[in-house]
Amino acid sequence: MLLNDIFSQRKIMWNRMAQKRKRGQEKIKACPKCKMEYYSGEWKENQYICPSCHAYMPVPAKERVAYILDENSFKELFAQIITKDPLDFDGYEEKLQLNQRKTGMQDAFLAGVGKIENRKVAIGVLDGRFLMGSMGTAVGEKIVCLTEYAKKKNLPLIIFSASGGARMQEGLFSLMQMAKTATAIEQFKQKGGLFISCLTNPTTGGVSASYASLGDIILAEPGALICFAGPRVIEQTIGQTLPEGFQRAEFLLEHGMIDCIVERKDFRDTLSSILQMHL
Amino acid sequence: MQTASSYEKVLLARSKDRPGIYDYIRTLFDGFIEFHGDRLYRDDPSIVGGIAMFHDIPVTVIGHHKGKTTEEQIAYNFGMTSPEGYRKARRLMVQAEKFGRPVITFIDTPGAYPGMEAESNGQSNAIAENLAFMSAMQTPSIAIITGEGSSGGALALAVSDRVWMLENAVYSILSPEGFASILYKDAKRASEASDAMKLTAQDLKQFGLIDAIIPEGKKMFLALDSMLLRELNRLMKMNKTALVEARYQKFREIDHMND
Repeated sequence: MLLNDIFSQRKIMWNRMAQKRKRGQEKIKACPKCKMEYYSGEWKENQYICPSCHAYMPVPAKERVAYILDENSFKELFAQIITKDPLDFDGYEEKLQLNQRKTGMQDAFLAGVGKIENRKVAIGVLDGRFLMGSMGTAVGEKIVCLTEYAKKKNLPLIIFSASGGARMQEGLFSLMQMAKTATAIEQFKQKGGLFISCLTNPTTGGVSASYASLGDIILAEPGALICFAGPRVIEQTIGQTLPEGFQRAEFLLEHGMIDCIVERKDFRDTLSSILQMHL
Repeated sequence: MQTASSYEKVLLARSKDRPGIYDYIRTLFDGFIEFHGDRLYRDDPSIVGGIAMFHDIPVTVIGHHKGKTTEEQIAYNFGMTSPEGYRKARRLMVQAEKFGRPVITFIDTPGAYPGMEAESNGQSNAIAENLAFMSAMQTPSIAIITGEGSSGGALALAVSDRVWMLENAVYSILSPEGFASILYKDAKRASEASDAMKLTAQDLKQFGLIDAIIPEGKKMFLALDSMLLRELNRLMKMNKTALVEARYQKFREIDHMND
């Protein structure tokens, strides 16, 4: 046993040294769960799954598209839709600018078209790093534009969500995005369109209570928090701590709210298989 | 009343002295028959629904029920609806569509119920399904926010052809207390939040997010009666495709055009 330990320790050390030679220039990021440190390229290559503890980290929208679509097949759409500040809300403009700088995105939603195993799809991804992936007017408008595009071009629609819910800083305008996105999705589905909603950690509040729950097929990543009211709000209401695993993807599966749980690295294949059965 | 601050309006909108769902039903409609249950699990008393006559038009009426006394409020869960309530509302709307009845909703809720059972039974799913169904419903609908219209719990009854608010009602993404605790990390700054949120009928009319304001006071029910009659007649003349398309455009157009 001791000898085995020494060998595995050595193996890890050699691996780290090799990575250092290869990626010495890259930024190092620690896994927030097990604290192991990896180069940013390692995170990217491993689809933001921790190589040591297998915890799922948030995936930037651009990377998600790359993991799902055929190489170089993505074309961004509706990039011209930008966020405004309808309530003239104190500090919002500044917050937007900070998040734009941090993520390199205009707002939290990336929309476009691409191919999965040569099958053309409309795809959208909410990026949880941008103001918690919250849905304001720009996100809502992009989702509706993408849905209408899919309807017009007869394409399957795939949306990956990661969101804290409606964007507070845009007030009732944000609440109305729930109605607006649900309206567009409903009409798309009634016209025969296939909508696959992919829920990742976390999908909550106004996003989970609108378009994200309206998939013809709803898939979720393991362990993703999916709920309307967040755990803290419920704990405050009922005055007790919630059981382990409450509102996680596995809990929703058990309660009949989602179709299946798919490992991150299997998503492309699963989507491809589903698409093949919807010709 | 004209000078009431936003937060004063929030408190006014929550007042127990305001008319409740049964006051509206008694005053505006005849022969109301209440229908119960979601046909799936249970009857949620925080939603009242049924059929009635409005002048000579059979209509479906649905609304939140908050209750006035403490006992009532507990019995009706303070107007906080569970998935079963939204599903009951949806079932009654499916029925209204089938028989060509217009749907009139009265909205007064602090929000969807944030409880363990509500989450287990699919609160998100229930609200989302209501939004989707109302958006494409092949019969006219009018939503009236009578008191507190808070969060997705209010919107779940308000994807309608016309959305009206009483003069002192409020309509918002979240309660001002919840908003303040999220954005200012301090629920006590609700008054400040109310101003920033722009949640009064007057603000929202200016934004174009609601269609009309109903003046309160002695003639409120009279005004409501004539507005309902006029708009229902107008909406019932439209063919179903045009009606649904107009509703699609109404919600489609909500953007930042008015800033």
